[in-house]
Amino acid sequence: MKSAEEIFNILKEKFPGSVTELVADKPVDPFIEASPLEIDKICTFLLESEEFKFDSLMNLSGVDDANGEKEKDEKGFDTIKGGTLSVWYHLESIELKHKITLKVSTERENPEVASVAEIWRSSDWHEREAFDLYGIKFLNHPDLRRILMPYDWEAGHPLRKDYKNPEFYQGMKVPD
Amino acid sequence: MNLSDQHFTDDNIIITKVEDLFNWARLSSLWQVGFGLACCAIEMMATSASHYDFDRFGVIPRPSPRQSDVIIISGTVTLKMAIRIKRLYEQMPDPKYVISMGSCSNCGGPYWEHGYHVLNGVDRVIPVDVFVPGCPPRPEALLEGLLKLQEKIRNESFGDKNV
Repeated sequence: MKSAEEIFNILKEKFPGSVTELVADKPVDPFIEASPLEIDKICTFLLESEEFKFDSLMNLSGVDDANGEKEKDEKGFDTIKGGTLSVWYHLESIELKHKITLKVSTERENPEVASVAEIWRSSDWHEREAFDLYGIKFLNHPDLRRILMPYDWEAGHPLRKDYKNPEFYQGMKVPD
Repeated sequence: MNLSDQHFTDDNIIITKVEDLFNWARLSSLWQVGFGLACCAIEMMATSASHYDFDRFGVIPRPSPRQSDVIIISGTVTLKMAIRIKRLYEQMPDPKYVISMGSCSNCGGPYWEHGYHVLNGVDRVIPVDVFVPGCPPRPEALLEGLLKLQEKIRNESFGDKNV
């Protein structure tokens, strides 16, 4: 049973460039920030090493940080330029009874994160959901396509903060 | 006035108009497509069960739209589902009726404002005869909706539906 600081220290020795910091002063559980393209190596190590054994991915979800600048685009709607989108991983070890949260931030314009679908199979559909609702592309994902919205949804990614509903979809009037 | 309330003067002979006879036959045995989407479907099942019986009005569930008269849209209609509802409605033979049950299929319900995938009211894809309000409507409310549909059918004339 390890605490967050111990996990962070061991990870920082093993992956010096990729694991950046432990954020423990917020009112949530302490989380570790990592780099988006190395996250699969970090997660492989977390799964397979004997002192960690994080064999259960409890949750993988995307978050729109909305920390760019708000401007108005050509039609007069608010859009956000710059800023980040993040992906949060909540891992738990059933044998050793510890858990940790990882956070990965990518840029908003072209978000790319390494996929952990080969490591925990449950992340397959979670990553498809993050792709569908936020637009985050996962590299080396076996089957990245939309999962909740219809396959031919042209209007973007709904859970972004600057998303607007389209006017019509296949002949049906969408907004109120 | 119901057809069966007439006074039998002469050994089971009733004299009536053809319109009244056909309308009475249609409203007394409205077979519904068993089509439930969300929480309103549970209330529809409760209405079909023994306490608030649907069968005493002649409404029995049929598995296929090709054998049914009425479809009760109960539950939230999403955009993906709306395409399929249109297909089911077109598969029903005339004369057919639609009851929209609950807030979500009347007007989008609690998801009207921020729901990015909810169709605000099923009457944007199919024509609806009776709207039953409620979230979910009580079984008595659904039965009243059915009675209003029966009133509507009773007052129909032959030119209304393409028979």
